[in-house]
Amino acid sequence: MKTPSELRYTEDHEWLRPEGKSGRIGITDFAQDQLGDVVFVELPEVGRAVKKGEAFGVVESVKSVSDVFAPITGKVVSVNQGLVDTPELVNQDPYGQGWIVELEIADDAEVQALLDAQAYAALQEGGH
Amino acid sequence: MKTIFEEHEAGRGTAYLPSRKVDLGAYLPAGEIREELPLPELSEVQAVRHFTGLSRRNYGVDNGFYPLGSCTMKYNPKINEDTARLAGFAQVHPYQPEATVQGALQLMWELQRDLGEITGMDAVSLQPAAGAHGELTGILIVRGYHESRGDAKRTQVIVPDSAHGTNPATAAMAGFEVVHVPSDERGGVDVEALRQLASEKTAALMLTNPNTLGVFDERIAEIAEIIHAAGGLLYYDGANLNAVLGHSRPGDMGFDIVHLNLHKTFSTPHGGGGPGAGPVGVKAHLKDFLPMPIVTMENGQFHLSYAAPHSIGQMRSFYGNFGVLVRAYTYIRALGGAGLREVADDAVLNANYVLSLIKDHFELPFDRIPKHEFVVAPPEDLVRQKGVKTLDIAKRLLDYDFHPPTVYFPLIVHEAMMIEPTETETKETLKAFADTLCQIVDEGRENPDYVKTAPHNTVVGRLDEARAVKQPRLLERLGG
Repeated sequence: MKTPSELRYTEDHEWLRPEGKSGRIGITDFAQDQLGDVVFVELPEVGRAVKKGEAFGVVESVKSVSDVFAPITGKVVSVNQGLVDTPELVNQDPYGQGWIVELEIADDAEVQALLDAQAYAALQEGGH
Repeated sequence: MKTIFEEHEAGRGTAYLPSRKVDLGAYLPAGEIREELPLPELSEVQAVRHFTGLSRRNYGVDNGFYPLGSCTMKYNPKINEDTARLAGFAQVHPYQPEATVQGALQLMWELQRDLGEITGMDAVSLQPAAGAHGELTGILIVRGYHESRGDAKRTQVIVPDSAHGTNPATAAMAGFEVVHVPSDERGGVDVEALRQLASEKTAALMLTNPNTLGVFDERIAEIAEIIHAAGGLLYYDGANLNAVLGHSRPGDMGFDIVHLNLHKTFSTPHGGGGPGAGPVGVKAHLKDFLPMPIVTMENGQFHLSYAAPHSIGQMRSFYGNFGVLVRAYTYIRALGGAGLREVADDAVLNANYVLSLIKDHFELPFDRIPKHEFVVAPPEDLVRQKGVKTLDIAKRLLDYDFHPPTVYFPLIVHEAMMIEPTETETKETLKAFADTLCQIVDEGRENPDYVKTAPHNTVVGRLDEARAVKQPRLLERLGG
């Protein structure tokens, strides 16, 4: 399972790529593997303000439906429209073309509080 | 196939309304009156062909094999339909005086007694309208029981990781915290883990036995002891009762509450949204918590009894899905005790026969002798190297006119296929299905793309099922 070192992670198996004032969010390689083939991604509206921990999207796979939680507080700057027609990008390229949402970062401290790659990898080995 | 609106042609309609004699303006606001009602106009034969055509695109157990794991898609004998249509059952009214519906009440009373006997329970409510509704009823009884004892700290319901999704959903809906107990390497409850989880917070354990892997938990007596020693109740999900009918009883295993799916084990119709029936049985100490009314008998007269001060209340209007109850009663009476026992024998034999034919061609996550159903996964090389997955195999089965098994459940098995043939299939059908499954595996190795794009012989190809649910198109603008 890939866990790129430049990203931050959550215990809910999501990643955040901070780039300046905003950051893209997706689900991890581990998450997509556990879910199986993704068949639908429900995206939030651009402009929506979300609180850390709030469910703001849905990833549906052949075997389950899972919420996407906001890893940090912020405003939705853009969403990956490509997932509307090709949700399988989440499986094929979870850290790249399979990104889900871009959030404007409200509080940088929240980003710093997320797991780093090493901590997230350790979490996976713990059997989650 | 065209929609009925697309078949419309002005002037073809066969329904003519009489000219209006009433001045509607005297009764309705002006904006609510319209002159045109553009319903589709078709000739009678067109309308008949349209709906007959739709019915022919249906697939049901009357068409062919339907091995949908956990759903027990057995054949529903047609005599059930005869009895359900008897005027004394079909044309009674729920508000009729008891004295005029003694036959209907007797049927309910006897069915309560029969289901109690079959499950080893002391009292039964026929009210819940489906399996999940029965679960909610059962868990509300759990809550009512603990509350009646002033035991407010029991906030957790333990559910195995192999459970039907309705179990945790039910517990959460009834306000409990769901705690998952893992499965052990044989597919049963990890008893040591359960021992750690059981506490003074435990309200109940919800268990299916045999479980969703089709394997019987032999340690059930120990499991029951752990939960009872902690002060919790044991809830039996009756989804898989077909496997043990007449052989073992949840009540004897130590369960306190059970729900049954009449539309699974007792041959009442599935699908189309129901109606189903999910009666709930309880041991004597929980009898007073059942939803009301219960049918009672006194001096040969049958009554609807509402006398239960601790009752969780009414779970459904009137007396449950009565027509479904008549069908289940008919099934039980037609087969009798020996026949019901044979149902389980044959259901288990059929599952094991299919498994024996395919086991060398599929992965077996738990290589045990199953009961009425079993779980396999496609061979590793097919999934990893060819990219042919369970979903593709399921879709390809449609080309051979078989209903696919349940797929991607239970969640603890990757690429799961859950196969339940039921007792009502011939050896030839079972063999044909098993051979087809193995053939599809071979096809997948030789020509993966063909399997990945299946089905090819059906009226529609592979559909975007997720979007059909998320973004359904349900409206048609009248008059184009």
